[in-house]
Amino acid sequence: MKPLIATAVFAILMMFASLYAKEKRSLSNFAGILMLGLVGLNIWELVDYTQLLKSADADPYLFSKMLRVDNYALWFNVLITGASLLYVLLFRRSIEAVGKHVGEYYALHFFILCGIFLVSSYNNLLILFLGIEIMSIPQYVLAGSDKHNLKSSEASLKYFLMGAFSTGFLLMGIVLLYGAMGTFELNGFNFYKTGTLSVMGVMGILFMLVAVGFKVSAAPMHFWTPDVYDGSPTPFTAFMASIVKVSIFLAFMRLFMEGFANMDPYWKVMVLGVMAALTLLIGNITAVYQQSVKRMLAYSSIAQAGFMMFVVIGSDVLAMKGMVLYAVAYTLATLGIFAVLVKLKDYTYDGFNGLAKKEPFLAVVAAVCMMSLAGIPLTAGFFAKWYVLASAIKQENTFWLVVFALVMAAVSVYYYFKVIIAMYFKKGEPELSTSVTPIDKALMAIVVCAIIVLGIAPEMLLSWI
Amino acid sequence: MLLILLLVIPLLTGLVSFLLKDPKAVKAWSIFGALVTLIVASLAFCGIKEAQALKVDVQWLPALGANFSLEATAGTLLMTLLTAMAFVLVYLAQWNKQIGHSSRFFALMGLSASGLMGVFLANDLLLFYFFWELALIPVYFLAGQWGGKDRIKASMKFFIYTFFGSLLMLAGLIYLYTSTPDYSFAYSSIATTGAQLAPEVQGVLFTLFFIAFGIKMPIFPLHSWQASAYEQSYTPVTVVMSALMVKMGLYATIKWLIPIFPDVDRIFYGVIMTLAVIGIIYGSLLAIAQKDIKRLIAYSSLAHVGLMIMGAFSQNEFGMEGLYLQMFNHGIIITGLWLLVDIIENRYQTRNMTELGGMAANAPKAAIALVIITFASVSLPLTNGFVGEFLLFLGIFNSAYECKIWYMAIAGLGIILGAIYMLNMVQNVAYGDKKEMAVADLSWNEQLSLYLIIIVIIVLGVYPNMVLDLL
Repeated sequence: MKPLIATAVFAILMMFASLYAKEKRSLSNFAGILMLGLVGLNIWELVDYTQLLKSADADPYLFSKMLRVDNYALWFNVLITGASLLYVLLFRRSIEAVGKHVGEYYALHFFILCGIFLVSSYNNLLILFLGIEIMSIPQYVLAGSDKHNLKSSEASLKYFLMGAFSTGFLLMGIVLLYGAMGTFELNGFNFYKTGTLSVMGVMGILFMLVAVGFKVSAAPMHFWTPDVYDGSPTPFTAFMASIVKVSIFLAFMRLFMEGFANMDPYWKVMVLGVMAALTLLIGNITAVYQQSVKRMLAYSSIAQAGFMMFVVIGSDVLAMKGMVLYAVAYTLATLGIFAVLVKLKDYTYDGFNGLAKKEPFLAVVAAVCMMSLAGIPLTAGFFAKWYVLASAIKQENTFWLVVFALVMAAVSVYYYFKVIIAMYFKKGEPELSTSVTPIDKALMAIVVCAIIVLGIAPEMLLSWI
Repeated sequence: MLLILLLVIPLLTGLVSFLLKDPKAVKAWSIFGALVTLIVASLAFCGIKEAQALKVDVQWLPALGANFSLEATAGTLLMTLLTAMAFVLVYLAQWNKQIGHSSRFFALMGLSASGLMGVFLANDLLLFYFFWELALIPVYFLAGQWGGKDRIKASMKFFIYTFFGSLLMLAGLIYLYTSTPDYSFAYSSIATTGAQLAPEVQGVLFTLFFIAFGIKMPIFPLHSWQASAYEQSYTPVTVVMSALMVKMGLYATIKWLIPIFPDVDRIFYGVIMTLAVIGIIYGSLLAIAQKDIKRLIAYSSLAHVGLMIMGAFSQNEFGMEGLYLQMFNHGIIITGLWLLVDIIENRYQTRNMTELGGMAANAPKAAIALVIITFASVSLPLTNGFVGEFLLFLGIFNSAYECKIWYMAIAGLGIILGAIYMLNMVQNVAYGDKKEMAVADLSWNEQLSLYLIIIVIIVLGVYPNMVLDLL
């Protein structure tokens, strides 16, 4: 609860700070300090609650059962804020370069985090709705923040229109579920109350699936993703594609693990499985044909969403671990590759030509991130895929899906390695937009080390959860 | 302890090489590291007795049930010996050459050596998969950065092929792991679980694993990455691919495939034997048609591996002993051939047989080495190739297949075809009337490495029992 209130306050503080700050740099520093405070608050909250939840009569619910606080959600919040801190430090200069209203950009990020804290521990569907909206509206603004760029405005408009549409679905789904169940609370759902599954309940689930699927860009609700990710200013794309995306996946998983737990597993595999397969197919195949690395990463984020859907299919202890590991691995790798991308002028593959010779450090970072996204062993991405697939394979009728996912992973190697080929095997003179400072290097080194350490010993993280 | 050294020494050699700047120093350091590895590998091999195994077991990921466990029997140690030896031979032959970005080159070579050792030694399925990939990634970078004009395309093809196979194996691996009662990757529990699965499930998993291994070997319809990758890569990399990575696939088949899925439908075995036979004939015919000697040897490797696959599936002692011995022999022989191709290409600036000739007059030492190694390759008696292939044939003869005589007859035809294209190659390169092309003979380091190969060829050809007694 502390972090939730604090983020909202921090966001407002950030807006006021822009009135008084003379330089953009000081705003960035302020945002960094607030983010650090947020990490501290989350850790405090985690320690507090671990003590509290140990006692037998502990009540995990807050605000008359609107929120449910558990160890898992608290850990997730700590990791998410940690990643956000990393994000602010890594991208501060490119955020300053986007436009004049730096303070507002940071404020919007804090609002998004506020929404994330809501969706990570919701117990009531209204909170889910509230959380998703609090996350989405700042994103519409951020997508269009580069006002002189037509593509940025296009991204914003597209995202807003489509997002508003999906909000309608979400609300309708919640209403239908309320009609079927008589409650908004996740732990009160029972689909077979009257013996048979009600039509209203099924429609409710489908509407929810469409709405949440839209937010995580699962096919066939993925069409907004490439344009929005490509058009938005690069640092904000990094934030949307990594931190925001995995957070909504957590909400997605909670919905199916806790709310829809007693659903027929066959039904789940057929609907979610087909959706996952379609997402993997469209994301991977389209990514192969991209010329721009940024756009490729947009499609790759669709493909990665396909993998994360296996968490929802699996829905067991292994899946919960897989969710955390996938979230961390994917966020680290995405932030890492975008951090390299913002240093370059040319976002096409050719822009990477010869980077290994000119900036060997950046090339190593990009290569490790690409390998992690592709799921090569010794990187965190491998174990992330391992956990989510292992949890899914235990369900019935999923073996074909796992094999298909791995075949698609082989396809993904093609486009991820095109970046490595450009950097290491081809000759060229890549132009840098900004210089690489020692702080950047240190942060990138942290990202790379984390990816490799988690690739060798994922239990260093998972044993806590 | 020796097993850990086998992994760590190449790894350390590689990592330190990244930091060394001076090309001479990198070379000297790498040869030193390779020599130490070779000494350790020989110590381990000489120290082991029949039916004994060296073991290492360290905790790695307890919650997943994966351990860092290594195990080595005599056969395993023979493979590690081959790996260590091949690297020494290759480094020796490269001593007086200029290699661009040499520190990166030798570092990646060291990493790939470590990965290869790990594949042979691993006794835990997840660890095995890790090393399987660890051996692949450095070789991909090696193949992509050094070599011919089309190397980027060739290396990508090689990588996608093998990675695709690995991922199919991963699917099978996940299934197998989730079926184990105690969620463990240890060889013993994987093997018992695999044997208890329903035969149809075993068949599916067998296929998934076999595609991964078959791509590495490569077996007939999965071989199309091979010729271009071998041709475009720089010679030391080609040696790693053909002399060592091929053995990964074969070794994995006899350790991680046949014993784990004992009840698969025998139709699979029949299909594989047939594919191997097709590979022998197809590879031989393609080799006959080649003008480029590097491609010729690449296709000849396809044919030789075909016979080894048949031995692996013969399922008797002759076949097994023959397979181990022949894996070692093939590695040594093909290393020699690649080194000679490199020598020829460097001296004549071409690999086209029709433009070559008269090497015997100008460079007699090279020509003699070529002749002897070629004899071993076509398995002439008194060379090691003869012993290995003889045992493989004996293994197939003693196997339980219905049409084994036909298999043997066609494989025998492959040997005859092998003699045709290899001797034809020797005739074109070493003899002929183009004596006007004066070239330098072998330098001291090339002599050293080729003579070492010849010594191994003849010693094992005359007295193979020094290895066979241990297997």
